[in-house]
Amino acid sequence: MSKVDLTLRYRLQVASRVAAAAVGGYVLASAVTAMLAALFPLPRAEAVLASTMLGFVWYSLAVITVFCVKTATRAWLAMALPAATAAVWCAWLLHASGLRP
Amino acid sequence: MAWLHTWVGLTTGWVLFFVFVTGTAGYLDDEITRWMQPELPLATTQIGLYEPSVMTGHALARLQAIAPPARSWTVTLPHQSLEPRGEQGLSIAWESLPSPGQNAGRRGGERLDPISGEPQQAVTPRATGGGTVLYRMHYLMHSLPYETGIKVVGICTMLMWLAVVTGVITHKKIFSDFFTFRPGKGQRSWLDAHNVVSVLSLPFFLMITYTGLVFFAVTYLPAARDALYGSSAAPRQEFAKELRGPARNDQRVTAPNVSLPALAQRLESEWGVGNVVSMQIMHPSGEAPYIDVRRARTSTLSVHELAARFSAIDGERLPLPEAAPATMRVRSTLFALHEGLFADWWLRWLYVISGLLGCAVIGTGLVLWTVKRGQQHQRLQQRAGRAVRHSFTARINATGLRLVEVLNIGTLAGLPLGLAAYFLANRLLPVTMTTRASWEVHSLFIVWGGALLYASVRPAKRAWFELLSLAAAAYVSIPGINALTTDRHLGITLRHGDWGLAGFDFAMFGLAGVFAAIAIKLQRKWRAAEAAPLARKKS
Repeated sequence: MSKVDLTLRYRLQVASRVAAAAVGGYVLASAVTAMLAALFPLPRAEAVLASTMLGFVWYSLAVITVFCVKTATRAWLAMALPAATAAVWCAWLLHASGLRP
Repeated sequence: MAWLHTWVGLTTGWVLFFVFVTGTAGYLDDEITRWMQPELPLATTQIGLYEPSVMTGHALARLQAIAPPARSWTVTLPHQSLEPRGEQGLSIAWESLPSPGQNAGRRGGERLDPISGEPQQAVTPRATGGGTVLYRMHYLMHSLPYETGIKVVGICTMLMWLAVVTGVITHKKIFSDFFTFRPGKGQRSWLDAHNVVSVLSLPFFLMITYTGLVFFAVTYLPAARDALYGSSAAPRQEFAKELRGPARNDQRVTAPNVSLPALAQRLESEWGVGNVVSMQIMHPSGEAPYIDVRRARTSTLSVHELAARFSAIDGERLPLPEAAPATMRVRSTLFALHEGLFADWWLRWLYVISGLLGCAVIGTGLVLWTVKRGQQHQRLQQRAGRAVRHSFTARINATGLRLVEVLNIGTLAGLPLGLAAYFLANRLLPVTMTTRASWEVHSLFIVWGGALLYASVRPAKRAWFELLSLAAAAYVSIPGINALTTDRHLGITLRHGDWGLAGFDFAMFGLAGVFAAIAIKLQRKWRAAEAAPLARKKS
């Protein structure tokens, strides 16, 4: 740790990654959880419960990704793109099945 | 990844230590409550002493005489129970018919004398929160609103899950590290201890953190429910209702047509003495009434599983109701693993030891941080010039290091000390005091707070040694104070063979031994470290 230059820029990058993990990771996990719930061929309440119980796996994978990729910007992209994809797919699934307008 | 492990561990370590200490105590909650109610009689046995048919006859007569209009009548025969743990005597229970719009009715019950069938004079024990308070604190914290409490614990649990997972990833040499211990080498020894204990209890950590999250999963991660149902109150209730399944509609139960005493007798001869736990009569609206029977010592994770169902009209054996859907069964299994209610005494001790190892992992991890930081800080100070030594960053680092040190000492030694105060308060506060149950809990937090204050004004090494010694003294005094204030001490409990009560006193000696051993070991090491440079100078 002492070898790293602890500049303001470095600290901001770390803060950005922490935010990407906490907020971005949570949004990603939420989107994937909702999408899987819409996808599971189970009665509605069970699908929600099954998907939610799995949700923390996606959250942890998201956080690990944030701290593995090269830059903070890529970390944000790695959260935003899959989250948006999952959210759109989920909305389409719910619309197609008539569950939500 | 190592970075993530370190910082996640540091920010949540103290809360998690609290959760693990109180949660581990929760695995022995019934035993702790029992010890904290010394007015209750010593353990006696009714199993196998009386005829099940006679007891069932008494119980049924009593239910007919006093139960309000009820949806269920339950007769419980003497047996070894898992929830609550320990032997349960003859008792009856009922649930009144729910008022319209309600899911459940009021529950009531009585313990009965197995010979006369008269209600037993209930002994009123002293007011105490017992082990239940400790168990509840491990997921609700203390003096926080319910929602806030479970969220604080949830965030820390999620971070611990991350710390465990990243800890495994960081550890490429996880297997060889398990066999590595280099004692007496300062930071390396702390790291080795942290590694050995973590690897040993890794499966337990993975299980306990993830299942812990599942308890309030929908509160922590409501996205799926909000997407499929909606987030306002009405759709939430809709979701809860669908999860529960169709509502029961029961009508008032009456004494069964078939002879319940005969059924009890027959089942006992079939299953063995003490294995018929309870018989429950229910009457779904528009259907025939039936009798549900539960038995002891099944090998399932569920502690209240149904063993058989009989028609209340002709006594014919009926098929068991359909099992719950797979998702619900997965969830109950995860809950069961976390709570460990199914665990017999030897498995229970494994749970307790795993919990204590959890405390040890969190404790050694927190200490490791200060040891490592302290060394870095010292090196920097020695190398750097005067200007850097007194720079803003250096001061911040020194303050941060001291803060973590104080929190470590005040919590790792102070919380166990507070817990000892909780047990001592149970024996020392006046029995008639109206607020004694809440003052028992206050004692815990006052002593813990005092320990934090003490740690902040004493030099670190002195504070460690003094608080650990004090904790050892406090724990060793508990069986003594118990003997002075009650007649439920080792002299009596051992002779009587009440291992639950005696075990508590022995556990206090054990904890005292652990704290004394740590204190002595630290003291010796520091003495040797102080003597070493002097000896070198002399020679």
